[in-house]
Amino acid sequence: MIAPVLEVQGLGKTFGNITAARDITVAVPARQTVGIIGANGAGKTTFVNLITGYLKPSCGRIRFEGNDITDLSPREITRLGVGRSFQVAQVFSTLSVLDNMAIAIGIARRGADAIWRPLRTRRLLDDAEAILDRYRIAAYRHAVASTLPQGVRKLLDIAMAVAAGPRLVLLDEPTSGISVEEKYEIMEVVIGALAATGLTVLFVEHDMEIVERYSERVLAFYDCTVIADGPPAEALHDQKVKRFVVGETLHRSARPAAAQVRA
Amino acid sequence: MPDRTLGVLAAVFVAAAIGGFLLPQWALFLSTVAIAKALVVLGLMILWRTGLVSFGQALYYGVGGYAAGLAGRWLGLSDAILLLLLGGAVAAVIAWAVGLLLARYREIFFAMLSLAFSMLLYGLLVNTEALGSTDGVNITQPSFLGYAPGGGALVRSVYLLTIVTGLIAAWLVQIFLRSTIGQLASPIRDNEIRVEYLGVSVRSVIHLEVVIAGALAGFGGVLTALAVGHIDPEMAYWTTSGGFVFVTILAGTGSVIAPFLGALLFELVQSFAMTYTPDIWQLMLGAALLLTILFVPGGLWSLFERRRVGA
Repeated sequence: MIAPVLEVQGLGKTFGNITAARDITVAVPARQTVGIIGANGAGKTTFVNLITGYLKPSCGRIRFEGNDITDLSPREITRLGVGRSFQVAQVFSTLSVLDNMAIAIGIARRGADAIWRPLRTRRLLDDAEAILDRYRIAAYRHAVASTLPQGVRKLLDIAMAVAAGPRLVLLDEPTSGISVEEKYEIMEVVIGALAATGLTVLFVEHDMEIVERYSERVLAFYDCTVIADGPPAEALHDQKVKRFVVGETLHRSARPAAAQVRA
Repeated sequence: MPDRTLGVLAAVFVAAAIGGFLLPQWALFLSTVAIAKALVVLGLMILWRTGLVSFGQALYYGVGGYAAGLAGRWLGLSDAILLLLLGGAVAAVIAWAVGLLLARYREIFFAMLSLAFSMLLYGLLVNTEALGSTDGVNITQPSFLGYAPGGGALVRSVYLLTIVTGLIAAWLVQIFLRSTIGQLASPIRDNEIRVEYLGVSVRSVIHLEVVIAGALAGFGGVLTALAVGHIDPEMAYWTTSGGFVFVTILAGTGSVIAPFLGALLFELVQSFAMTYTPDIWQLMLGAALLLTILFVPGGLWSLFERRRVGA
């Protein structure tokens, strides 16, 4: 049997006496697209932060392609082949979109001679343009990143996260802060671009329709752990999920107080 | 992508070399000191682009000068090129050690910590008789691959060594700035998290920059020592560091040519101000900096850039 791309065992995280993650055990095989759902504060972002080294787990192990990455730093995990995007897009705001992309590809490609070889070669810039094209943001190539619309910033963040050709990518709320009409557009572009590369994708998402449409598997978080894990048709109709995750999301506007409880 | 800067550098170098045989001695001396300081500013420019200001480059400048002075006094070393390499190497080693700590800090903490390290050296120099204390050390007369000139020929020899060093340093720094690591300056200033999540250690990049800037300041210190013929603790004093930051702001950080331009102008203004208004020359320099910040906040170099964009 081929080792799963991502293997999480008994993962937990506490800050003092506050629990942020507990007893999470998940294995994700290659090329799977996994949607992560849960109310605010359910532990979704903590999960992403633990896997990518932003937070150090209090207990449990994380393996990527069989290698233990539990105690590695973000850059070591990145170098092994794990990319991530952020809920608040992390791009270089004073640089142009093309420069952002060029930096991301440049880092991915250069080895020890990165001190002497120029970053901006014709070929690298062409490749950067090609990626921008694939993410349908090439029209913004000369725009400074701080001036970009939210959706474009998000796409740039994701494009940079996968520039190095990772085998696993974690997207933390790729559509947050984006209008409903635009959400589908963005997911089409992202999932389309990622599917072409055969990546394993984990994405955090609040919109259940998007989760249902784009994920092959759903991890539902509640109270800092996974309460349901399965194909969307099953997981989204699980009793606990309906009660603690989906219900709350669907009725958020009708029951603002309930939505606030875990925020 | 072709790089026009390297061509401009080569042309300026040829002009400067010819100037070495035409200019009067005072001008050669002034240029030597200016270019030596420009080397320090070149290093500051790299840090500046990364969002870091060092108020302690006088540390490495002083280390370079003293390495040259003491190597002459204690080891009888007189070859200028050897002294230059030695001073740069010692400064780089010190910068590496200091950088272990410095690379963890940013903003005002980086600036003040670098200042603190330079004042440690200053205190050490002032209080150590063996290092000449406040009187400093005289530099033994240098030779150049066996050639030991005196008087005017010595001034010219040091000048020529300085412009060659300036050319090589500017050339290498230009290559560095265009490289992948060099291009990380703005990204690091912008967003360290993204840089780390692209797989780069921000701390290592800053550490490397501290070492490069330290070596450059070390070279500058040796060349100043050779030109002046004397070193004293003032070289490591914080006002010396302040002067380098002054020139960095005056020059702008848009090009490796800017520090040379800025340092030449600084030396000219300073020496004329000292000659014609000996009582208020600091006031004149202060006014020059104020005007720069008010009217050309990007430094002198931004004037060239704007014109190029318009053309």
